[in-house]
Amino acid sequence: MNSSVTLEWKTICKVDEILPGTGVGVRLPQGQAALFRTREGQFHALDNMDPFSRANVISRGLLGSLGDTRVVASPLYKQHFCLETGKCLEDETVSLAVYPVRLRGELVEVAVG
Amino acid sequence: MGFAFTLFNSWQAETVKGDIPMTKQKVLLVGHGMVGQRFLEALADRGGLDHYDVTILCAESRPAYDRVGLTRYFTERDADALSLVPEGFMAQPGLTLKLSTRVREIDRDARVVITEAGERLDYDKLVLATGSYPFVPPIDGNDRPNCFVYRTLDDLDEIIAASDQARVGTVVGGGLLGLEAAKALHDLGLETHVVEFAPRLMAVQVDDLGGGLLKDKIETLGVTVHTSTGTRAIVDGEQHRHRMDFGEERHLETDIIVFSAGIRPEDSLARACGLELGERGGVVIDDYCLTSDPDIFAIGEVALWQGRIFGLVAPGYQMAETAAARLCADSEPSFQGADMSTKLKLMGVDVASVGDAHGQTPGARSAVFFDQSTGVYKKVVVSECGKKLLGAVLVGDANDYGSLLQLCLNQIDLPGEAAALIAPAAGDAPMLGADALPDSAQICSCNNVSKGALCAAIDEGATTVGDLKACTKASATCGGCTALVKQVLDSELTKRGVAVNNHVCEHFPYSRQEIYHLVRVGEIKTFDELLDKHGSGDGCDICKPLAASVLASCWNDYVLSKPHAGLQDTNDYFLGNMQRDGTYSIVPRVPGGEITPDKLIVLGEVAKQYDLYTKITGGQRVDLFGARVEQLPEIWKILVDAGFETGHAYGKSLRTVKSCVGSTWCRYGVKDSVGTAIQVEERYKGLRSPHKIKMAVSGCTRECAEAQSKDVGVIATDKGWNLYVCGNGGMRPRHADLIASDLSDEQLIRTIDRFLMFYIRTADRLQRTSVWLENLDGGLDYLKQVILDDSLGIGDELESQMQRVIETYQCEWKTTVEDPEAVKRFKHFVNDDIADDNLHYVRERGQRRPAYEHERIELVQQEG
Repeated sequence: MNSSVTLEWKTICKVDEILPGTGVGVRLPQGQAALFRTREGQFHALDNMDPFSRANVISRGLLGSLGDTRVVASPLYKQHFCLETGKCLEDETVSLAVYPVRLRGELVEVAVG
Repeated sequence: MGFAFTLFNSWQAETVKGDIPMTKQKVLLVGHGMVGQRFLEALADRGGLDHYDVTILCAESRPAYDRVGLTRYFTERDADALSLVPEGFMAQPGLTLKLSTRVREIDRDARVVITEAGERLDYDKLVLATGSYPFVPPIDGNDRPNCFVYRTLDDLDEIIAASDQARVGTVVGGGLLGLEAAKALHDLGLETHVVEFAPRLMAVQVDDLGGGLLKDKIETLGVTVHTSTGTRAIVDGEQHRHRMDFGEERHLETDIIVFSAGIRPEDSLARACGLELGERGGVVIDDYCLTSDPDIFAIGEVALWQGRIFGLVAPGYQMAETAAARLCADSEPSFQGADMSTKLKLMGVDVASVGDAHGQTPGARSAVFFDQSTGVYKKVVVSECGKKLLGAVLVGDANDYGSLLQLCLNQIDLPGEAAALIAPAAGDAPMLGADALPDSAQICSCNNVSKGALCAAIDEGATTVGDLKACTKASATCGGCTALVKQVLDSELTKRGVAVNNHVCEHFPYSRQEIYHLVRVGEIKTFDELLDKHGSGDGCDICKPLAASVLASCWNDYVLSKPHAGLQDTNDYFLGNMQRDGTYSIVPRVPGGEITPDKLIVLGEVAKQYDLYTKITGGQRVDLFGARVEQLPEIWKILVDAGFETGHAYGKSLRTVKSCVGSTWCRYGVKDSVGTAIQVEERYKGLRSPHKIKMAVSGCTRECAEAQSKDVGVIATDKGWNLYVCGNGGMRPRHADLIASDLSDEQLIRTIDRFLMFYIRTADRLQRTSVWLENLDGGLDYLKQVILDDSLGIGDELESQMQRVIETYQCEWKTTVEDPEAVKRFKHFVNDDIADDNLHYVRERGQRRPAYEHERIELVQQEG
């Protein structure tokens, strides 16, 4: 069995439980994630722990763009992380893990393994 | 192409020796310190690596690091952070770095260098950058264990290791480096002493008065200074490892001794191979940094130019540039000596010395400003004619260093009386604008960057201090010239017709004021509408909260209504200030600081029930810390039911109106300051603004509420109220300006209405009233005309707009706890009701606080 193509998905919430342009915290078996819904209706999931403060606050960051990169800004010290790759724009040695997200009907699912 | 041209030039100009070789030659660089690294960078920048293979022999186990910043190693313990070698630099073809490689001998006839390991390396050109070694005075016992010098990271590691077993540390030498070493020992937690042979500290740079003040300041920090004290011998101590014998039965017991009594050029290799040396050491060099052997250069602290050793990094860098230029057959620059002016912060004390600090020039006259109470000493030395600045000494306040240095170096005619240069800013001190400087003016002395070089970089597109730092290295070493670099940048950009950009961010090419007008005139009600009509991209964490604030100032909707939800910074979104662990603080409004015992008990009970850390704020209210996001609505429900409202401590809005007790109780009070403070606070609570707003009301001229340090300050007189505006405390204090006197209650409110609305309309994002006023064309007079004389004819409009905001006020917490939909968002997990399961606390002084990183690791281990 090839594990790289067989993802295990966990249902998180309904689409409309996340307001467009905001994020929510998500509890996963492996830890905490931040799940975002952009203004255009895209979904992204990243680690919830801010590596600079070690507080679980990424879900409460503001969404936006810098140049062509969609980002979330940490609410504590305002570093920006790319929504697609998790990379920190201010410090390339730091990045957040990214979790695949998919929609199934009205439900949002995040890959957990 | 450029290269061939250079070659042609140099061939024509026969005075320039050392044409560029046509086949690759071998360069050996002995020593990889700050100057050695700069030489490599200069050579690479000039394309020299196409013509030379450079092998670097470094005696230390680490490549070049920032020796000037050595003391940082004690606090940060991060050798990599001090590294001066950019990533990938050594991977360039043509560079070979050999670490831990000492040179035993130079054979000039064979043009070979032999290492201690016996390796033979031949060279065409040799560059000596061996630096210096610390001078250890010839005292009996100076070689005892736990006697150190202060030069390399290895020295520091040894000192750190020894400090574990030590209580007292002593530095021999009270010069610049000695005081750095003393700071390091002090930071290691040792009782610290400095022993200096001369009658004052920093004898080379400062004079007696300045040195005395420096000693006072350093002693208040807990370091004991012994001047005019020479050590005769070091023997076994009784309480501590060593006893330093000073003669005449004076002595000092200590566990560690650090010698920092000056440096000597590390010239032993040069001596052994017969290069010409100075009488007291140092390898003699000419203006091209060539030694008596035309194939050997010497640069940095090992080199002796016209009988002088330069013990600072800036001249070393100039020598590095000169040697590199010479190897590349560039005719410029030659080394012409260097200015030894310095500015530094020693144990938190600013010290600076410029030019002829001791007034040794014939006919020199000096002016001195000395204030023992504030600990400031300034001296300027001027020429006999009184027109030119020759030198200066600054202790305790070195803000004038940049402009004094420029006056001195460029021989600019003094703008006024010499004494005015250092007089405290009682009026308009003659200031030296960046415009007055010639292009040759050296702005950054560490990296020898002239104003002309900055201008050239600006011509090539640099628009920020960061750009200039990256492309010219200006302000990249000690940072002392950053303010001056910024001044040059701003004045040059303005000259080039580049409006100094006040756009809020990349998404909106407008200032906050312009966005405010767009919103009002266009009746824009949402961020999406604003972005579609006037912006681009997706917005960001700068423009979204700004738009939310502007929309609230204009229309005062509930800030958490759906269209605004994604705009708010987390503090506004969850209506509390986020703390470092991701929990929030709770600050109920206590208007005027007046609170009934019953309400105070409610606060205490809530804090106890939820184990909230409790602290009294400077704004006369109570701050409760450590509420988790899902606890916020239940806590606020209790508070709202008890009659509390939100204090807006999280918002860019009115914070508090502080008051003294006034005529309510005070025997001096002439008016009811508490009553007025409550009235004012109730009126403007919730008002969204470019930045926070603080106010105060004092009941008499004794001013116990400190109203003159607030954005709006009101002071009672026997005839009415005096109104002060645009004061500030905090990081950048500013005394408020009196804008109107003896106002009636009604006049007072109307004037504040107009003032606040005018500020909200015209200020930039995050601009406090103090800075706003300083940037307002026409200043205070103009503000008075607009507010008091209604010169713009907008008085009524400002008042009615304020009235509308006041009428639509709602307590955001009351609205929130009453709306089940709004409460839903106060959850840590969307898919689980549990709290954040990764919070760790310790108890301190009877209360809870978030664990620091090291405590957290222990806590997690215990829990695991």
